[in-house]
Amino acid sequence: MKFLSKIYSDYLNFIGAWLLALLWIIPLAFAIWTAIHPSEFEANFDLTAPLTTYNFIDAWSQAPFARYLFNTVILVTLILLCQFFFCTLAAFAFARFEFPFKNLLFSLVLLQLLIMPDILLVENYKTMRLLGLVDTILAIGLPYMASGFGIFLLRQTFKTVPRELDDAARIDGAGILRIIWSVYVPLSIPTFVAYGLVSVSHHWNNFLWPLIITNSVETRPLTVGLSIFSMADAGIQWSTINAATIMTSAPLFIGFLIFQKQFVQSFMTAGIK
Amino acid sequence: MNKKLNLIYVTLLLTPGFILLISFTHIPAVKTIIFSFFSTPRGKRPTKFVGLENYDTLINDPVFWKVISNNLWYAFGTIPSSIILSLIMALWVNSKIIGRPFLRFSFFMPTILPLIAVGNIWLFFYTPGFGLIDQIRSFFNLPNLNLLGSEDTALWAVMIVSIWKEAGFFMIFYLAGLQAIPPSLREAAMIEGASNWYIFRKITFPLLMPTTLFISVNAVINSFRLVDHIVIMTEGGPDNASNLLLYYIYEVAFYFWDTAYGSTLTVVLIFLLSLLAIGQFFFLDRKVHYQ
Repeated sequence: MKFLSKIYSDYLNFIGAWLLALLWIIPLAFAIWTAIHPSEFEANFDLTAPLTTYNFIDAWSQAPFARYLFNTVILVTLILLCQFFFCTLAAFAFARFEFPFKNLLFSLVLLQLLIMPDILLVENYKTMRLLGLVDTILAIGLPYMASGFGIFLLRQTFKTVPRELDDAARIDGAGILRIIWSVYVPLSIPTFVAYGLVSVSHHWNNFLWPLIITNSVETRPLTVGLSIFSMADAGIQWSTINAATIMTSAPLFIGFLIFQKQFVQSFMTAGIK
Repeated sequence: MNKKLNLIYVTLLLTPGFILLISFTHIPAVKTIIFSFFSTPRGKRPTKFVGLENYDTLINDPVFWKVISNNLWYAFGTIPSSIILSLIMALWVNSKIIGRPFLRFSFFMPTILPLIAVGNIWLFFYTPGFGLIDQIRSFFNLPNLNLLGSEDTALWAVMIVSIWKEAGFFMIFYLAGLQAIPPSLREAAMIEGASNWYIFRKITFPLLMPTTLFISVNAVINSFRLVDHIVIMTEGGPDNASNLLLYYIYEVAFYFWDTAYGSTLTVVLIFLLSLLAIGQFFFLDRKVHYQ
């Protein structure tokens, strides 16, 4: 009897899980369906409908998506490199030194987990205008370059590095930067990878601040480009908009498909610490 | 190493990061509060101190109250449901179910999509006449629905999008939590003849409590921070039915260029987030850990 009820509950779980998973994938599948079929079929499910790449070519030619893609790549690379640099330095100080006001300064770092630059739109806009940086890629990235989250994450990791290792390096006459670079960074690669993936996907997808601070094709990232493209009242076909939507998400998405395990692992690591 | 040298190192290590951190987080936060007591500069009229005038406007602004109540409904509507869903998803993905890779992919996939793309995908999904929902309805000869265009349904429609986007993200943290639970606990309970539901209630769920709280805090922050899909799906409409606080700030400050009032609204947002921090500090920290 117990055995039967186990089979029964396994069966129910199986059905439930698959139903939910299918339900979850429908919106995306529906968008992909329309993107790869001619627009006559956008409200018509005919499995024999001809496939086409026309919508992608159409979208690509109607807006400077190549330029947007370039901007986004520059943006996420710039942010990532600066975050690695600034956060590593600060994290090392918090992990390995004792100094006055250490706790106070660390709470200031943690405060950014709560009050992010995302919500301080008005003042950050004013600062950028003051610096003459409105409508530059640098301005999109600047507020995120010293990330409280990054400092916190790297500090936790650096604390697990055995002190004997840097004593040994110090005896060999290595300076602080040298020790960070040749002892701490190599031993923290998994954290850097995790943080990197989280940061890249966050900034690839970020929208509101870039929308405010940019106003030309030369600086707009993909997300802003996509929103402008799809909100234009020029009567663009849904199939074209869907193609553009899939196109803009594709690079990250393909990366995710290939490195699914690492992605999931990274988000886990980033969350636990 | 001597103390003085240490201090020099610390200063050199911290300065670059702190300059950025302070210039784009702390100073703007403080300036936001100060500026909320001033007027918006317009044309030749410079900004001037107006005391509590902006706050007076705020209290008498029906849109503000509408937006706050929307945001609270939005939080209540999306947070518990996406957390419960994410826990169920994690339990499934962590079990020996057939097709686990597909399940994990399907649940986690919305996390990777830009929220703005998600907005587009769902906008199409909801489109009257064309979208999948209306196509199914027309199959049963039901009339078209304008879910995003109606005051009664717009916020709900947006909430579903948010649950769809967030649940898979939270699932990851539950997965991590589940994998940290020693299997011996479960085995011991099973030898004692405990049912699955009993094991979940008495072992799994309590041990996941820290994860649940971590997720909850994140979920609350996200419910105030993420409004990209509003921009593309409803622009807060119809008649502010789906307007949220941050979107309203954006509208006021960068559509109507009333930056002082925008700052005043931001102060409310900072205040709400600080309440969360204080609550977490005094209340949650003590109840989380089972030692």
